[in-house]
Order: sequence, then structure tokens, then C-alpha cells
Amino acid sequence: MTEVSRSGVTGGGASKRRMPWRLRNEGLVENRPVLDFITHAVLILGVAIIAFPVYVTFVASTITAEEVLAAPMPLVPGPHLIENYREAWTRGAGNSTAPVGHMMFNSLVTALVIAVGKIAISLLSAFAIVYFKFPLRNFFFWMIFVTLMLPVEVRILPTYKIVSDLGMLDSYAGLTLPLIASATATFLFRQFFLTIPEELAEAARIDGAGPMRFFWDVVVPMSKTSVAALFVIQFIYGWNQYLWPLIATTREDYYTVVIGIKRMIAGGGEASVEWHLVMATAILAMLPPAVVVILMQRWFVKGLVDTEK
Amino acid sequence: MEKRVAFRSRWLPYVLVAPQLAITIVFFFWPASQAIVQSVQQQDPFGISVEFVGLDNFVMLFNDEHYLASFKVTAIFSVLVAFFGMSLSLILAVFADRALRFAGMYKTLLIWPYAVAHAVAAVLWLFLFNPTLGIVAHWIKGFGVAWDPLLVSRDAMVLVVVAAVWNQISYNFLFFLAGLQSIPKSLIEAAAIDGAGPGRRFWTIVLPLLSPTTFFLLVVNVVYAFFNTFAIIDAATGGGPGSATEILVYKVYKDGFKALDLGSSAAQSVILMAIVIGLTIVQFRYVERRVQY
Repeated sequence: MTEVSRSGVTGGGASKRRMPWRLRNEGLVENRPVLDFITHAVLILGVAIIAFPVYVTFVASTITAEEVLAAPMPLVPGPHLIENYREAWTRGAGNSTAPVGHMMFNSLVTALVIAVGKIAISLLSAFAIVYFKFPLRNFFFWMIFVTLMLPVEVRILPTYKIVSDLGMLDSYAGLTLPLIASATATFLFRQFFLTIPEELAEAARIDGAGPMRFFWDVVVPMSKTSVAALFVIQFIYGWNQYLWPLIATTREDYYTVVIGIKRMIAGGGEASVEWHLVMATAILAMLPPAVVVILMQRWFVKGLVDTEK
Repeated sequence: MEKRVAFRSRWLPYVLVAPQLAITIVFFFWPASQAIVQSVQQQDPFGISVEFVGLDNFVMLFNDEHYLASFKVTAIFSVLVAFFGMSLSLILAVFADRALRFAGMYKTLLIWPYAVAHAVAAVLWLFLFNPTLGIVAHWIKGFGVAWDPLLVSRDAMVLVVVAAVWNQISYNFLFFLAGLQSIPKSLIEAAAIDGAGPGRRFWTIVLPLLSPTTFFLLVVNVVYAFFNTFAIIDAATGGGPGSATEILVYKVYKDGFKALDLGSSAAQSVILMAIVIGLTIVQFRYVERRVQY
């Protein structure tokens, strides 16, 4: 969406460059040094406040249970980092005996299946809708389009019933399939395919390439950037799922790490919560998606902008 | 909107759309239609007897003070999340836009909270605000303010709003920054020559030109507060204390899964569907209008 406004309003990237006169005529504009100082002060403060909860979480994951309970807890990391993480990884914590290592594996499987599954089925259906003329095309397109409107939270109970009737509770299929149904990716690919020059399909036809050959040799390679952008967004989406894994799993073997954390603090009195291990789990749970966002920042931003139409 | 060159095949397109359609029908249309059917039925918790009751479930809902209270909670929650989430990220974006060559660095430092799961964010803030061991709670009490989000409604609302805003700030920030960077610098410089100070320029030029982004984010934030914050509510407060933080989505879940009142839960789902569809239409209308200029 921002793409539209950018080209529409500014008419190109030239406006990004600051005019040289602005640097010279300081009296005309404003007192730059003071404003620059405020700028960086506000931003550094903002970054610090936003990072603070994670810093405290990290500190809490490196100290003993007793030190966490002493109010106020220390604000410098302690020496118990390795043992806390090892304990959480292999034993779990508090009321949940599922080892975090196994839950991380479940989260990884869920996130990958959701991301790859969505991308795969959307590439195929968008290809069909853009490159073929067939009677039910508009009807199918409309059917997929409607799914944009209803998040899983809204239709949770009947979905649960259907998955349970299909015997898919406590399975990876049950965890992932209901979340693969979404129109965002199909839309994105459709938009992108419409920008592929007609000549390419024409040339492929003249050369005698069938539609699937064209799909694999031209369309898929050209979609690489869109696929990467979408993968980042959907991986985070899948990893961070909460409500659906919460009700679709009853056995600890299938817990994902996000709901594992909730189980660790649920039930039982305050005292039984092993906060130092819960906090170690929280750090582990946010690490993979955070790394993906930071390392693949360019695709992440593109994905966010693209998936919002 | 259409390709001139199209492949022809009697069966291939159907095979290609089949996986997506199958999943959409089984996990989308079927449950959604179930919800609509159940919303006009009364079922006992064991599913033995089912009775058609027309719109009784809806009538009952709108006469139910708990449901109306949940509407009010959702409204307050959404307004707070949208207001604070958007104004804080706008401030950060305005300064990041000023920071010029450091903008990229600040962007990296501000976008990662998006990656943190809502439930994890809730647990983090629950820990910080925990009345007995939370460090922020300790500071608040240091100012002589009573604080207990586990017992006091207002404090619980503060907890979930803070967690929700924290989680959403990076998203708003990215879109505001993109919006700001697309404003032609020549306009701002022209105003500067005419003697407008930074504050005046912000209110009379930057903010009006940013209104498409602001409006878009407003819709996104309301949708976020209405639907995506379920995990925050469930992990941080469980709708409590009492039903002080019981937003509509949480009530659907609670009435359906805990109270096993299927008819009421389904009717609530249908009402929520209507709200999402309404919001989506607003969003699309506006997107289309924007594409034209």
C-alpha cells in the first residue's frame, strides 16, 4: 500500500535527497544541534524502554529461583545461565513437564509446515487463476477471497469440532492444516503474476512449453523475492500461534513452546512457578522469530507491506 | 486485470486450485456455516438434543448484561491500544525520520518486538507487573501507588494494554516511517522558508499528508485489538479479575469451551464475523479510493 502513495505523491526517489541549502541556512530552518540532540535522546529512550522487558527476562533467566523472588530482583545477569537453560531444555518447568527442547521442535515443525504449505498451495492456485480461463474461475477466486475476512479466533469452536471429528487432534496435521487456509498469500502472488510481462508466456507457448513447464522455469524463479518475504511473515505467524495449538493439543508431545510457557505459569500458586526457568523458556521462544526478522529484515518489511494489500 | 495470453486445459486449473479449495472448504466454509447454524439452535452441553430457536440466542445476548459489559471492555481496550500504540510509534517514527542516516539503525532496533509471540509478551509483562516480584510493580509501589493487576480491574487493564501496545509498536512504526519518508521534502522546506517552525510544520503539513497511513493503521489496530489479542488476555489475566478484561473474542472461547454454551458462543461468533466483515469492507473501500489518486 505504501508503494502506491510513494510513487503517486512524490513521483520518484529524488525527494529523498535533502536539499543542500538546508544544511547551510540553519537560521532559516531551526536550531539543528538542539533538535538533533532531542531526536537521538528520544529514540535511544524509546529503544531502551522497548528492550527493557526482554533485558529483565534475560537477567531473570540467569539467576536462581530465590533471587527472582527477592523483590526487587537484581538487574545484572547472574552466573546460572547455562544450568537454567539446560534444565528448561531437558526437563521443562513448573506445572508443565514437557521439555522445552521438544516443544521448540514442535514449534519449528508447525511454523515450517504452515509457511511452506501456504506458499505452495497459494503459488498453484494463483497460477491457475491468473494463467487459465475456466468457467468457475471467478467463483473460486471469490471463495478464496472471503477467507481473508475471518480470523481463526472467530470460528474457533466449529473448527475444533471438525478437526476432532476428523481425528486430527494431537497431530501435526491438526496443528497446521486449519491455519494454512488463508487468502493473503494467494492474493500476493496473484498481484505479482499480473505484473509478469505477457511476452514471457507468449514466448513459452511458441517454444512449445506447457503450462507446468512455464510455471517451474519462469514463474517460480521470478517469484523468489515474494516467496522470501512471505516466508518470513508466515514463519513468524506459525511460530507464534497460540489459540489453535492451545485447544488442538492435549498431549504434551504436541505442545508448541508458546503454549508451553502458558502451561508453565497456569494453575498452582505463585510459589510453584519457577520463574527463572519460565524466563529462560521465554528467551528461547522468542529467539528464532527475532533472528529471522533481524537477519531477513529486508524481506520482512517487504512482506509486511505486501501482505497488507 | 487479466492476462491476454492464457493456457488452455480442461482439467489442469482445477487440479491446481484443488489443494487450496479443499482446505478452505473443510476448515473455513464448513466451520463458518456450522457457526451460523448453531447460532439459531439451542443445544444441551452433551449434544443430545438440538432445538431450533430462531434469533433467541441473539436476543438473549443483547439482553445479557455480561455480554454488553464485554462489548464495553472491548471498546475501551481497543481505543487505548489504538491510541497509545499509534501515538507512541508516530513519535518514534517522526524522530527516526529526522535521524537521517541513523534511521536504518533505529529501525532495526525497533522492529524486533513484532517477532515476539503475543502470549510471550503477555508473560513478560505479567512478570514485570507481578505484585510480589515484578520490578516495575516494585517501582510503582515506590511512588506510593497501590498496584495489583491480579485483583484490581484498572491495573489488569493497564497490564493487557501495555503488553498489546508493546507488541504492536514495531508494526505501526514501520508503516508510519514509510509514510513519513514518502512525504516530499520540498513541501517541508517550502514551509521552512516561509518561517514555519518544526512544530507548526508537523501539524499543518506532515500530519495531514500522513492521514492515509494513519487511517489504515487505525483499522489495522482496531482489528488487532478485537481479535489478535486473545493470547495476551488469556496468558496475562484470563479475562479477570472478574470479567474486567474479558474482550469479545475471549468470551466466545470461554462460553464455548468452558461453559459449553454452544448456541450463545456461536451467536457471538456470528456477531464477530459481522464486525470483521464490516471492518474489512471499510479497509478495502479506503484502499481503492487511495489507489485512484
